[in-house]
Amino acid sequence: MPSQTTDPIIKFDRVNKSFGDLEVLKGLSFEIGAGERVTLIGPSGSGKTTILRLLMTLELVTPVKHPDENGGVIWVEGAPYSHMEKGGKLHVASERYLRQRRQKVGMVFQQFNLFPNMKVLRNVTEAQVHTLKRSKEEAESKARDLLDLVGLSDKVDNYPNQLSGGQQQRVAIARALAMDPDILLLDEVTSALDPELVADVLGVLRDIADTTNITMLIVTHEMGFAKDVSNRVMMFDQGVIVEEDTPDRIFSDPQEVRTQDFLRAVLSE
Amino acid sequence: MDWQTIIDSLPSYAEPFWVTVQVTVGASALALVVAFGLGLMTSSKHLIVRTPARTVVEFIRGSSVVVQLFWFAYAMPQLLGIQFDYAILTGIIALALNYGAYSSEVVRGAIAAVPKGQLEAATALNFTSAQKMRLVILPQAWPEMIPSLCSFAIMLLKASALVSLVQIIDLTAWAETLGRRPGQDLLVHLGLILVIYFILAWLIWTGMRALERRAKRGLGQGHPTTRTKDTETVGGVLGGLEPDDHVVTEGGGDRA
Amino acid sequence: MSGWSNERAAEIFPMVLDGFWVVLQVTLVASVIAVVLGLLVAIVEQSAPPAVRRPVSWFMQFIRNTPLLVQVLFVWYAVSLYINPEWSAFAVGSAVLGLHYASYTSESFRAGIEAIPKGQWEAATALSLPAHRTWFAVILPQMMRRSTAAVANWLIAMFKEVPTLFAIGVIEMIAQVQTYTGLNYTGDVEGYTIAGLLFLAASYPVAVAMRRLEIRLAKSNY
Repeated sequence: MPSQTTDPIIKFDRVNKSFGDLEVLKGLSFEIGAGERVTLIGPSGSGKTTILRLLMTLELVTPVKHPDENGGVIWVEGAPYSHMEKGGKLHVASERYLRQRRQKVGMVFQQFNLFPNMKVLRNVTEAQVHTLKRSKEEAESKARDLLDLVGLSDKVDNYPNQLSGGQQQRVAIARALAMDPDILLLDEVTSALDPELVADVLGVLRDIADTTNITMLIVTHEMGFAKDVSNRVMMFDQGVIVEEDTPDRIFSDPQEVRTQDFLRAVLSE
Repeated sequence: MDWQTIIDSLPSYAEPFWVTVQVTVGASALALVVAFGLGLMTSSKHLIVRTPARTVVEFIRGSSVVVQLFWFAYAMPQLLGIQFDYAILTGIIALALNYGAYSSEVVRGAIAAVPKGQLEAATALNFTSAQKMRLVILPQAWPEMIPSLCSFAIMLLKASALVSLVQIIDLTAWAETLGRRPGQDLLVHLGLILVIYFILAWLIWTGMRALERRAKRGLGQGHPTTRTKDTETVGGVLGGLEPDDHVVTEGGGDRA
Repeated sequence: MSGWSNERAAEIFPMVLDGFWVVLQVTLVASVIAVVLGLLVAIVEQSAPPAVRRPVSWFMQFIRNTPLLVQVLFVWYAVSLYINPEWSAFAVGSAVLGLHYASYTSESFRAGIEAIPKGQWEAATALSLPAHRTWFAVILPQMMRRSTAAVANWLIAMFKEVPTLFAIGVIEMIAQVQTYTGLNYTGDVEGYTIAGLLFLAASYPVAVAMRRLEIRLAKSNY
């Protein structure tokens, strides 16, 4: 396991999340160091995707009374993230605060979610121009570099629905990277793809993992990819961490029965 | 009946024709503004914005456009003590509010039909609410609205004939006036304007079809989608629209 | 210029209510025509030979795309000039209104028929059901379920357009208000406001019920 002498870039402090009566996360705590690549595994409904969605602020944590003592707070880069400090106390974050803080977090979705009304190039430049206030030229040159990186420089003038799923997902990766995120969230990015298109997307992600120091949180069923890319695997079940370890150890010698059962089920697919 | 007299009288239609066009185009344009205003408001997540807009929409839709027209022509001037110098403005406002309220449901439905993932992606890229609406939601919702808005535009054209009941000399009023003169034939004149209205409806429909094709191209869909084909099989100037909302919501499903 | 007066409102209310009663009667008659004729047209468009189907379809399209008011005037004058000047505006108006809305309801019925899976027709053929049994036992019951809400919405829309018949002298609400204002030189504010509110009071509950029905039908399995 990597030593965590530096401050964690992400810290969950007794985080709760419920959807109505359904408690998905129950006082979940963990830390992730800068530059770590962490894969979250576990059966569906175990809360993995919820963790990513909380970090992207697509969901908000279920508030806890007196967060200063009782936690229920997500911290990013040493500052409260789900909450904000006001008068020395933590309060639930406003949309304005979230907008300021989520700047450094990017996400790639299972369903790509490219904007169908924009050509590929504009999908990658739009947010740079409108939220980072980059000039059009700067955004375009950055977009072209990234599209080149994901092997799609010939598709800049296509609309998303003229591309295959794998190509769309690679555009989505370029789009997320264009924002220069410190943290990249990958939510089952190959699950919606035809099997023959998975390798290209994973190849691109491997390149990015090799050449950058972006912190990555990965939810995936591709165990081979998890093994190659991540330096830590966290096994979730019912909103709690069952087991965490290096990928080598967790895949070859899982300690917990639930991990063993889960891996057996996934690998036999 | 004297055909020569009838033919000689045709040029006198120019001005009433222009009135009908002005009422229809003016009210359509204003209705579009009303529709987007109310549609955006009824789509809001804030109750304070949504509730008043919802109330206005239900209020207008629940009542009768004919009565509303008379209300604007006769009750409002007394109530507020204002009288428009430009009489057709009354007609334009009454029709625009009514059809704007109906169309706002189309706008709301099309906005609601934009897949949730699009909003999430926009959040992940840190767009503001206004940017999400302007850059992501409306460009996608707009092509879905066009067929239904077209239907409402044609309904508005038809309803424009009602302004003849409040002393505005449009096609209908003029046909009735002219048709009663000596040597004229009322049925010929009424028949004639029926044909003119039909041609105008056809023009609206053709224009909207072109607009829809262009809008779909802007989504990278070279060919009209399933929904457009539906309209085609209905084979009419006017598609198989429903009088109430849901028009777009149903069609929007196939994009998910 | 004059604002709202409760006294005038009280005076005018019974008159508007009389007019409203006429509106309801017209709605009832026209609804029957719109439903029966609409259904008939839908069946013709689905099963008649092209020589019949096409003209019917064109005619309905023409009706659907031209103003009700002009149609009403046209038929009213045609009837009084060439058929029988004794016919009542109520009867002629209701008939034209029913025909106009049949051009809409037929579309809803047709959509209901087209939504029925092809297999249903094939099964009926496979069972050698005679045409009338296919329609009455298989197709129409399934179509009704799919079309009811849409047709009901058209009938609500029609109800709100009844005052158009004011133009040929049906004594509905607008005619009543104008009678009052003609005698008293005032009362527009009260009269038209009451007329509008009566429509709202009558149509809103029905519209809400229809929306519920639609949601329920949409959720039901077929």
